[in-house]
Amino acid sequence: MSDDATSVFVNPLRDPQDRRLPRIAGPCGLVIFGVTGDLSRKKLMPAVYDLASRGLLPPGFSLVGYARRDWADQDFAQVVHDSVKEHARTEFREEVWKQLAEGIRFVQGDFSDDVAFDQLRQTILDLDRVRGTRGNHAFYLSIPPRFFSDVIGQLKEHGLTDPKPGAWRRVVVEKPFGSNLETARELNAIVSEVFPPDSVFRIDHYLGKETVQNILAMRFANAMFEPVWNANYVDHVQITMAEDIGIGGRAGYYDGIGAARDVIQNHLLQLLALTAMEEPTSFDAKSLRIEKQKVLESVVLPRRLDLATARGQYTEGWSGGVKVPGYLEEEDIPGSSHTETYAAITLGVETRRWAGVPFYLRHGKRLGRRVTEVAVVFKRAPHLPFSATATEELTQNALVIRVQPDEGVTMRFGSKVPGTAMEIRDVNMDFAYGGSFTESSPEAYERLILDVLLGEPPLFPRHEEVEQSWKILDPIVDYWAEHGKPDTYEAGTWGPASADKMLARDGRVWRRP
Amino acid sequence: MIELNDTTSSAIAAEFVRARRRAGSPAMGMVMTLVFVVEEEDAETAMDIARSASREHPARVLGMILGDGRGAARVDAKVGIGSGWTGETALITLSGAVTKHPESVVLPLLLPDSPVVVWWPSRAPADPAADPLGRLARRRITDAAAVRTGKAKAMLTQCRAYAPGNTDLAWTRLTGWRALLAAALEQAQSKVTAASVSAERISPSADLLSAWLSDRLKVKVARRGSEGPGITRVVLTTKQGDIVIARPDGKLATLSAPGEPDRPVALKRRELDELLSEELRRLDPDEVYARTVKRMVKEDAK
Repeated sequence: MSDDATSVFVNPLRDPQDRRLPRIAGPCGLVIFGVTGDLSRKKLMPAVYDLASRGLLPPGFSLVGYARRDWADQDFAQVVHDSVKEHARTEFREEVWKQLAEGIRFVQGDFSDDVAFDQLRQTILDLDRVRGTRGNHAFYLSIPPRFFSDVIGQLKEHGLTDPKPGAWRRVVVEKPFGSNLETARELNAIVSEVFPPDSVFRIDHYLGKETVQNILAMRFANAMFEPVWNANYVDHVQITMAEDIGIGGRAGYYDGIGAARDVIQNHLLQLLALTAMEEPTSFDAKSLRIEKQKVLESVVLPRRLDLATARGQYTEGWSGGVKVPGYLEEEDIPGSSHTETYAAITLGVETRRWAGVPFYLRHGKRLGRRVTEVAVVFKRAPHLPFSATATEELTQNALVIRVQPDEGVTMRFGSKVPGTAMEIRDVNMDFAYGGSFTESSPEAYERLILDVLLGEPPLFPRHEEVEQSWKILDPIVDYWAEHGKPDTYEAGTWGPASADKMLARDGRVWRRP
Repeated sequence: MIELNDTTSSAIAAEFVRARRRAGSPAMGMVMTLVFVVEEEDAETAMDIARSASREHPARVLGMILGDGRGAARVDAKVGIGSGWTGETALITLSGAVTKHPESVVLPLLLPDSPVVVWWPSRAPADPAADPLGRLARRRITDAAAVRTGKAKAMLTQCRAYAPGNTDLAWTRLTGWRALLAAALEQAQSKVTAASVSAERISPSADLLSAWLSDRLKVKVARRGSEGPGITRVVLTTKQGDIVIARPDGKLATLSAPGEPDRPVALKRRELDELLSEELRRLDPDEVYARTVKRMVKEDAK
């Protein structure tokens, strides 16, 4: 390439002070397996377009689709075109499309098809030649995990996983990362046999969300929160992810997996880690991982799993003015299913900072509304110099990080009611990222795809974290499997009565988020 | 919009609070005050742009129209809060002697403890940092390409008057070009021995781009004329050959580099609201811009 390649080339046009210039990934391409799926059409392709539209993709960026459909390149390009038009965040512009369209390819085949993988190899070599992608390619496996072994085996066999010197090959996998510790390890063995740890990107799209990243900014960039962020002041923490929808078309995947494995193992434990971890020495991937890993290792389960966990299954009911069927009446769900659609668990974090502070995690489908939040609930003031009647309506102070929707932060504290008598009542102070502000804030997938192309892993969980999370969850799920069946709750409500009792035993109540 | 005729700053401030309460939410989520100074006929357009740009950064937007300096001093205002948007706006017309003291009207209306940005959509003072309104601000934004008279010299005037916190939208218009050039050079990994910029004859952006390239690459940059629109072609010459970015239509560029296939790249000329949004993202002085204008002044002196 260049005559002075031996000495390191310093780009004179780059300057660390020049913060207007975006980080653009080097020449590269993205290969998506399972390109006909919903995720690919609704999230991945629009995110690729939005990145291009923001000028963050390298010239010559190429997108290869791999699926069983009998498509030519143009047919696939048309699919990308339509999905981008429908789902992209930024305005559709012809010139951005032109930049992308030239690099779109399609390879037809199933996951064990030698001929097709050979063709994929040819396609990639071809792209390196006509688009200048220089052998840098990321493989996005948007496919069920049972096919991982086939695809990764084929990639290896056809020499697609060994980059030539100076180039890279990366692999991107989506959750679920296994369904328990054992399968997670098997899955990791398959991937890590072929790709080194730094080339494996596990996507947990929650970690790409602005509000989730803001947890770190809020905790570690400010002076006023961290001093009270411990067991001296915090009474307990509630982490909630509620969905108002049912299982939709995911019956095949969902039944037998259930709420705890589907969501608590990944999203909620990651939120717990970010909320509870100590300050990392810096914000690079390694330092963040060390702190997350540490706090996940300090998580302990309560002694009595029967008293400190709860699970439920929704029954027929009215949800937001619509009559909806119960879980057992959903299509393709066996009437005898014991899969939980609601799970609540109590966890402890055995560190000096958090000893004695319970973390309550809950997730459910067909709940009151769609919301994800982390609520840090503080202890009552040790002494109230007011009469009991004056503070009757004062509850505990709370700081709530609203992850979605209506992203922002809420603080709840007591305030005097105007009037002659001293009467104190809860009030809320809201910080909103703002309806309009979030319009322009990038979609999580954009951030994550860009990070994959740039090779920056801070927002991706490593297999150690995944395995640690399964170690926390496995005993609970096993206990459930051996003891009875889920309680029931009416669709459109806030979960089974047993979950309320679980908190009542500790003298606490769930927030209505 | 509420019209306040022959009014004062405190009446305008009170109207902001009343308007918010009427809308049902007394909460303020605004992060800055954006002041712009315009002629009456451009006021509506500028307000639309400011409103759109401040979506990303909810702001109190104060549009200042400095009217006829003769006659009795008088302040008129149209005050409103956005619907579907968190900011506040006031379009304030000054006439009479108060046109010489606009800062006295603006000062009481600045949001407490948050940054102030002044934007001159068209004609700007020769030294923005010394301007009575400019002095209140941490960031001062001019647009040399939008002045109506003395276009050819406008950019150089702003370069000479540079003070930390000043930027010109001619610089903002270059971000896409600069990002692409930096990316292209990263791929080429080679020393640049010469460069050229082709653009419309009067193009403040092209002047700045030449100055930036010569400052960073330590080479002489040739400036060539073309029909436009804007900048049409940039060439970086290396030992292996030329890296060329050509954008004949103001939208889609082609990147050519030695040993690489030609590739199309979207490089659209951006609208004013997008440019202003980019400016509002950074409220600290732009050091790279500072070095670039210094270079431009130096080259001009030669």
